[in-house]
Amino acid sequence: SVNPDIASERQTASFSVEKLTARLDGGAEQTRMRRAVVEAIECDPEFSRENQYFQSQNERYEAAVRKATHLQKKMREMGWTEDGPEYKYIYRALSGDVAFLLHRIFMRSISVLGSDEQIAKWIPLASQYRLIGSYAQTELGHGTYLQGLETTAVFDSSTQEFILNTPKISAMKWWPGDMGRSATHTVAFAQLYIHGKCYGVHPFIVQIRSLQDHSLCPGITAGDIGPKMNFEHSDNGYLMLQNVRVPRENMLSKFCEVQPDGTYVRRGSQQINYFTMTTVRISLISDEVITPLMKACTIAIRYSVVRRQSKLKPGEQEAKILDYQTQQEKLLPQLAAVYAFHFINDYLQELFNRAYREIQRKNFDTLPELHASSSGFKALVSQHCTSGVEICLRACGGHGYSLLSGLPSLYTKIIASCIYEGENTILLLQTARFLIKCFMAASSGQPVPPSVTYLAAVKPGKCPAKNKLDFLSPDIYTEAFEHTAARLISSTAAELQDLVQSGVKKHDAWNRCTVQLAQAAKAHCHYITVKNFAETVERLETEAGIQKIMKHLCDLFALHGIFSNAGIFLHDGYLSGAQMDMVTASYLDLLAVIRKDAVPLVDAFDFTDKCLNSALGSYDGHVYQRLYEWAQKSPTNTQRSPAYERYLKPLLHNTLSKL
Amino acid sequence: GSGAMMNADLQRERAAATFQPELLTHILDGGAERTRRRKEIEALVINDPDFQHEDLNFLSRSQRYEEAIRKSSLMVMKLREYGIADPDEIYWFKSFVHRGRPEPLDLHLGMFLPTLLTQATPEQQDRFFMPAWNLEIIGTYAQTEMGHGTHLRGLETTATYDPATQEFILNSPTVTSIKWWPGGLGKTSNHAIVLAQLYTQGQCKGLHAFIVPIRQLGTHEPLPGITVGDIGPKFGYDEIDNGYLKMDNFRIPRENMLMKYAQVEPDGTYVKPLSDKLTYGTMVFIRSLIVGDSARSLSRACTIAIRYSAVRHQSELKPGEPEPQILDYQTQQYKLFPLLATAYAFHFVGAYIKQTYRRISGDINEGDLSELPELHALTAGLKAFTSWTANAGIEECRMACGGHGYSRCSGIPDIYVTFTPSCTYEGENTVMMLQTARFLVKSYNQVISGQRVTGMVSYLNDLSRQRVQPQHVAARTVTVRINDPVSLVEAYKACAAWLVEAAAKNLQAELNHRKSKEDAWNRTSVDLVRASEAHCHYVVVKLFAAKLSEVSNAAVRAVLTELCLLYALYGISKKTGDFLQAGILSDAQITQVNQHVKELLAIVRANAVALVDSFDFHDVHLGSVLGRYDGNVYENMFEWAKKSPLNKTQVHESFHKHLKPMQAKL
Repeated sequence: SVNPDIASERQTASFSVEKLTARLDGGAEQTRMRRAVVEAIECDPEFSRENQYFQSQNERYEAAVRKATHLQKKMREMGWTEDGPEYKYIYRALSGDVAFLLHRIFMRSISVLGSDEQIAKWIPLASQYRLIGSYAQTELGHGTYLQGLETTAVFDSSTQEFILNTPKISAMKWWPGDMGRSATHTVAFAQLYIHGKCYGVHPFIVQIRSLQDHSLCPGITAGDIGPKMNFEHSDNGYLMLQNVRVPRENMLSKFCEVQPDGTYVRRGSQQINYFTMTTVRISLISDEVITPLMKACTIAIRYSVVRRQSKLKPGEQEAKILDYQTQQEKLLPQLAAVYAFHFINDYLQELFNRAYREIQRKNFDTLPELHASSSGFKALVSQHCTSGVEICLRACGGHGYSLLSGLPSLYTKIIASCIYEGENTILLLQTARFLIKCFMAASSGQPVPPSVTYLAAVKPGKCPAKNKLDFLSPDIYTEAFEHTAARLISSTAAELQDLVQSGVKKHDAWNRCTVQLAQAAKAHCHYITVKNFAETVERLETEAGIQKIMKHLCDLFALHGIFSNAGIFLHDGYLSGAQMDMVTASYLDLLAVIRKDAVPLVDAFDFTDKCLNSALGSYDGHVYQRLYEWAQKSPTNTQRSPAYERYLKPLLHNTLSKL
Repeated sequence: GSGAMMNADLQRERAAATFQPELLTHILDGGAERTRRRKEIEALVINDPDFQHEDLNFLSRSQRYEEAIRKSSLMVMKLREYGIADPDEIYWFKSFVHRGRPEPLDLHLGMFLPTLLTQATPEQQDRFFMPAWNLEIIGTYAQTEMGHGTHLRGLETTATYDPATQEFILNSPTVTSIKWWPGGLGKTSNHAIVLAQLYTQGQCKGLHAFIVPIRQLGTHEPLPGITVGDIGPKFGYDEIDNGYLKMDNFRIPRENMLMKYAQVEPDGTYVKPLSDKLTYGTMVFIRSLIVGDSARSLSRACTIAIRYSAVRHQSELKPGEPEPQILDYQTQQYKLFPLLATAYAFHFVGAYIKQTYRRISGDINEGDLSELPELHALTAGLKAFTSWTANAGIEECRMACGGHGYSRCSGIPDIYVTFTPSCTYEGENTVMMLQTARFLVKSYNQVISGQRVTGMVSYLNDLSRQRVQPQHVAARTVTVRINDPVSLVEAYKACAAWLVEAAAKNLQAELNHRKSKEDAWNRTSVDLVRASEAHCHYVVVKLFAAKLSEVSNAAVRAVLTELCLLYALYGISKKTGDFLQAGILSDAQITQVNQHVKELLAIVRANAVALVDSFDFHDVHLGSVLGRYDGNVYENMFEWAKKSPLNKTQVHESFHKHLKPMQAKL
């Protein structure tokens, strides 16, 4: 049976949930396949996450390894392959709670950076798990800035080997997943030295553990880096190398090679390296960033129609907390944002596919735009979704803080996405560099990529809206975002130029403008997200009410964006104070409209209860019963703690002095 | 650990400071003598071998609970042995013992004992207070239920009086009525003060407090009719056994209802209390503590992030030069220095509230309740304002530490999970903001109807009285000098007045359109929260600016003035929409404000490390490898990691259990 408070929400849906789900999946056939995969995984008890919240780091790690090994068996049974269409659904069904994710990166880096012989040698071994790989780039003292890495690989021509070393503590490899306990091999990045000359950072395959008994190889110090905010299942590791020798053939050499006599040969374009980073960034946006916010919205919104608190009208029953405007203002903009980001992810995929086709034809022209977009959107979306998940957590009152709500672990996991694969501020500044360059080009009449052509026509203006309904017109708000982004980029470019002309060194001028540059990059990405949402809505079929509800969400996303960044829209008078009041009024009106469809809108994400793993967010809405049942399973209740006999008893019996 | 030498970067930073950090520490502590005493107590704890233990990050939840119980027991004994009785000194001692974390006896010491003192009759005090003082009785305070939090009247637990046996029969009639969350309830306590709806002579008399024994003295087993346990793992708070409590026809004697105010006579006659305002006192007190806690938690996070940013080098600013300290990047300064300024601002606000509470509670004891409503409204809003800001600030500090901030060795994850529930407990923040708004709207309406208002809302008196149309009107014009804290206080005042007026008018407009007051209130609540925030922001800026004139040392006053300006101007730059729309600042002035913020970042940079040193957190208390005073970060991260539970054996058992069999099969 379903809690009547949540059942009633579903009866009044203005659209077909099933059709929206299919739209999100990319077609009904995809939905069917996803459900089949999820079903197969969830009915297998080996993959259960039931007791996850009660487990220690050691137990979580062991479970992740167990699941990863079991998954190999399962995949053979089901006929799934690593490059098959089912694979992404497997990851979703497991909620990423599985070991050997870095093993895949290990394989991918060999495929991309290795020569044909290297691929032929290592990939079969890796795919049969004869070895387990990791990917060791980051060091204790160095993260995003690759050139700063300190690990060294010195070529010894007499033995035809590289000698790898960790010259000081800050050069120790730190953070790589699967490396603390599991991996037998890793791709380690090190500064290459030949005959005393440094050639920069290169990748080397290094064996770190014995294939027989898993003990550490000579010269290797490796272990787990200790507890983190999340990722308890992953053995993020450290690695210290002392005169570790690897054969010359272990340097990945698709793009550069060291010949037997020590001659360094470079071949092909290095730009493809960027492409790999871009690929990783784009793929993480969907799996690691958007999905968690979808889950958090599902939990928080379902809970908010079950939870009742205080009274809206005297004499009535306590009201559902989702009926409070302040609760709507917390949750519904997150819901709108997660749809906006789902569609921007489609946009990025499209951009990516186009660039990929060009690269196949050896045309790298689209790479700068792709790189700038993947950086900027990774930063914008991860930042927005992270704060969105936290808002959801805190919108669930006290119960949100219980691990059993599922929200704390969603939060502690998603926050890592603001840092890994490029720290967000640095990424925004990369996007800003691209934008400034395009602005300069556009101002001097040169051609620029399609997403930034708007920079060519920056002009002062005023928003034409006359009443609050005008702000429900996508043209009106898209233009406001466009105007603001263009203004922020052009004014920052002007300030940069002024500083340089006044004699400030270029790099200094850049550093002095970085706060504005980051803001400008965000404004650009925000604008593209709004524009893309509006265009997507226009393309949607009108059937089953989907277009209408998506239009509301698009309006809400845009108006919430203006409302919460009012200053930059008012600054040059593009919007007047009176217009800002209209924006606010329209924005608040929309909350009440979307409120009616809130539960169907999260139902459409189609997460199973097992996947949500939340006492607050289950489909049937039986929150309190579940919370009580789960709590009773806690080891603090099922196992006897020595605390009573050892400490409480003497305390209560006043025999403390005997302790 | 290793390296007695201080990291060279930190050494240079400290040498370049323009003021003496100790002098600022004295100001934060409230005088040199108090600093001395604090450090004395700190040393008592830190040098005591009884309080040493393994890094808690490596322990399981059960182990952490056990360790906390061990320390709490010793703490109570030693506090008495040392004769420490002053509330501030107890707070310091406890905070050093538990290193800023909550502990299982918190509710016993902080709620159970004080409630006995304020609400028990002399007879009840005889029966319960000394046993509780001697810890034969350990109690907690069970208010919140699974289905009911901030809205007290919604609680469902019942206490039905049975005159035949002169007992109350306690019941948890539904799943939602199970008591849920009280600290120390799960495993530690043998008694609880339970809040329940009192039924006598067939009538409900509302919420009352009852002393309920829950576990057998001696065996500690739950009593018949009592179901009690731990609510399971949470986001932090591993040391605390937050618990559940279900009661089935559980009987307690009539004398166990706390009857200093309301009473039930043997025949079941109910005697009403004289005033119900008094219960506000405790809430105001605890909320005022949260304001101070916001300051301290944010200070700790800032200490870690700023020291680490002085030690960490990354990328290049100038081509060809060595990697610079990340603290030299404008974006890093922009993340951290406004938070540093905020931490100082909140310290002064915390001290102000504490003082005001002490003054007013003196008046309350003499029967003067006139200032209570304003204090109540002010602490509610400031509790929400400071805890929201600090909560976000702690996260910002963590992210400013890059990947390493995410490791528990940074200490910031722990600060965060310990602090973040204060956004919810003791009054959910949005609800708190709306309580403040209620007071603001009431004050505004008083002004409109010709009365004068006093205290922190007296700026509302300046609002012109003839404006009745619902449209927004430009705020009173103020000439803002952006280099002058006093002038910025005026700007914030104007902004608050403008938003309070706007919210009050929107509320009135809704009332004109609709029948129900509650509906109109709900439809205006986003505006009302904004008004409250603006009011609180104004109060913070005002109190910070006021503090400057009290500082006698010129060098210290100079750095605090820079921080005060940074706090105020950064706040404007984040709320430019309000200041522009209200017509308080022009476009050109906003550009100047943004420019000046950037200039201040460069100025504060010189003293950043000294400014966090002034918070004077001992390394043991800070609990952070990244934030160590000596800055020897990397060596110690390695030492720390070696102790990880996953590293206990060279080859993890899962290799034999899973990896090897898989390799054999594939």
